[in-house]
Amino acid sequence: MSWELFYHEADEGIRGEGKTLAEAFEQAAIALTAVVTEPELVTPRIPVTIEATDDDPEFLFLAFLNAIIFEMAVRRMLFHHVEVTIQDAHLSGVAHGEPVDIGRHQPAVEVKGATATELFVGKTGTHWRAQCVVDV
Amino acid sequence: MDLSRLIQRGEYEWELPRKGNMRVPGILYASRALVQAMDEKVYEQVRNVATLPGIVGASYAMPDAHWGYGFPIGGVAAFDPEEGGVVSAGGVGFDISCGVRLLHTGMNIEQVRPLLPDLMDALFNTIPAGVGSVGQIHLTDLRMSEMLRGGAWWAVEQGWGRPEDLDHIEEHGRMAGATPEHVSRHARRRQCDEMGTLGSGNHYLELQEVADLYDSETAKRFGLNPGDVVISIHCGSRGLGHQIGTEFLVEMAKAAKASGIALADRELACAPAKSEVGQRYLGVMRAAINCALANREIITHLARQTFAEMMPEADLTLLYDVSHNTCKEEFHKVDGKQRRLLVHRKGATRAFGAGNEELPPEFRNTGQPVLIGGSMGTASYVLAGLAENEEKSFGSACHGSGRAMSRRQARRLWQGRKLVDDLRDKGIHVRSPSMRGVAEEAPDAYKDVNEVVESAEMAGLARRVARLRPLGVVKG
Repeated sequence: MSWELFYHEADEGIRGEGKTLAEAFEQAAIALTAVVTEPELVTPRIPVTIEATDDDPEFLFLAFLNAIIFEMAVRRMLFHHVEVTIQDAHLSGVAHGEPVDIGRHQPAVEVKGATATELFVGKTGTHWRAQCVVDV
Repeated sequence: MDLSRLIQRGEYEWELPRKGNMRVPGILYASRALVQAMDEKVYEQVRNVATLPGIVGASYAMPDAHWGYGFPIGGVAAFDPEEGGVVSAGGVGFDISCGVRLLHTGMNIEQVRPLLPDLMDALFNTIPAGVGSVGQIHLTDLRMSEMLRGGAWWAVEQGWGRPEDLDHIEEHGRMAGATPEHVSRHARRRQCDEMGTLGSGNHYLELQEVADLYDSETAKRFGLNPGDVVISIHCGSRGLGHQIGTEFLVEMAKAAKASGIALADRELACAPAKSEVGQRYLGVMRAAINCALANREIITHLARQTFAEMMPEADLTLLYDVSHNTCKEEFHKVDGKQRRLLVHRKGATRAFGAGNEELPPEFRNTGQPVLIGGSMGTASYVLAGLAENEEKSFGSACHGSGRAMSRRQARRLWQGRKLVDDLRDKGIHVRSPSMRGVAEEAPDAYKDVNEVVESAEMAGLARRVARLRPLGVVKG
């Protein structure tokens, strides 16, 4: 399991990899937080339910990220990690985080939304990968 | 970008020839050095936009073009709805109607300099900026709808702005054709506490000094004199625009497939302008434009309140307010015939020239002010639109300098605190809630705005009027 940010000239690419599709999504969610702050600075003390549905795994990934981005925006929270279960076209998850603390988190930028640029969800060798560019 | 695939049409004009499924050629306006420095993705994206149904003229790239999503940032494309033309959420982007406004203060540098640090503190304390910040205005559903229909007019009616500002805003402060009833619950929820907030990233409020004049006559008409202190505000439609962009990028990517439009890139997400999805997008995108216009008007009000307390002799009057992420219905002459077009400008500024009836009377002889943002330590520019540009790129120009490196690269190269200290030593007072944010927005993480603006002028997109030097920045 791993996550990383990858290059985009104006915005940020996020990538998660795991042994399952759900793990890849979970890792990408950590990368999403890393766009804003260091994930280890966030305390996972408040759970928030995340739901997403789409027949297409790539659009499901976008719907998942956009659901997290929406909760970050309206609750003014950052998430340490997200637990994900995927059943056919439906994803249910729980994001664990806390309200933004400007002094401690030093959040660099809001994420506006997930884009279809460099969007990929699928298997690479033995691992699942989920990635796209997010607009900041 | 590999120049061998381009045909040079002039010193600052490059053609990407029509081939394959391109319906029109691509045209890049920039110096050789700027085109060479552009990412290969810009080539791909200019080419991909040229394949969309109903595109008219060419797929254009401004001198600050860089890799966006679907459309390049700095991309301009017009579509004819009568010829199956599309409207594209990817061609507008997430930050709908992001833009810049410039305010006179009526003060000069000598009057402002002694108070500058305190003034920046006060502006920083008054204007909410950064991740998680909220405004003092909470909008109910009804008031939200009024705002989405009324734009800056609504803000003025609420007492957060001046009536005389309205004619100095594109669309005279209110975008017609907005349909708040189609704006989703999610978009409304994201916006209800965000009116009057700057946002984060490259958004800012900046105090600037008029440093150089290039066109004294136009500068005089714009009321700009050397040593004048002015204020630039750069922000957009906040969470509401972000959510609308999010929803329609996905819906239009699916709608394009259903309409039989083969997208070269899913991010070109579009729908025929006359389709139900296309019409619905236009209505909510116009509502988001009104949100951005109201937001910048409210921030202006907050800046006026701050100045009234700190420097009561100042009078903040609006020079102009321009948006650079929009799709607007405009009439342009194409091959001698007047046509109604949907002009997408993504990271590109409208730059109408003298004689255009859309402009307020005071700019009919000069062309509209075209406001080009800088990046904390670098200059910003005031340009003026040129009538002849309406045949070059439907009256469009660049919007800024564009990033030269990723945010991660910038974090590796600079430390926020040191940047703030270094800039202070140069007389630029930065106020930001996030030092990581400052590092990612380091001035040298952006391309040279001087070169971009020079290219815009040499390409005949707009003419330089004044250069503005930063004095203080509130950064989100």
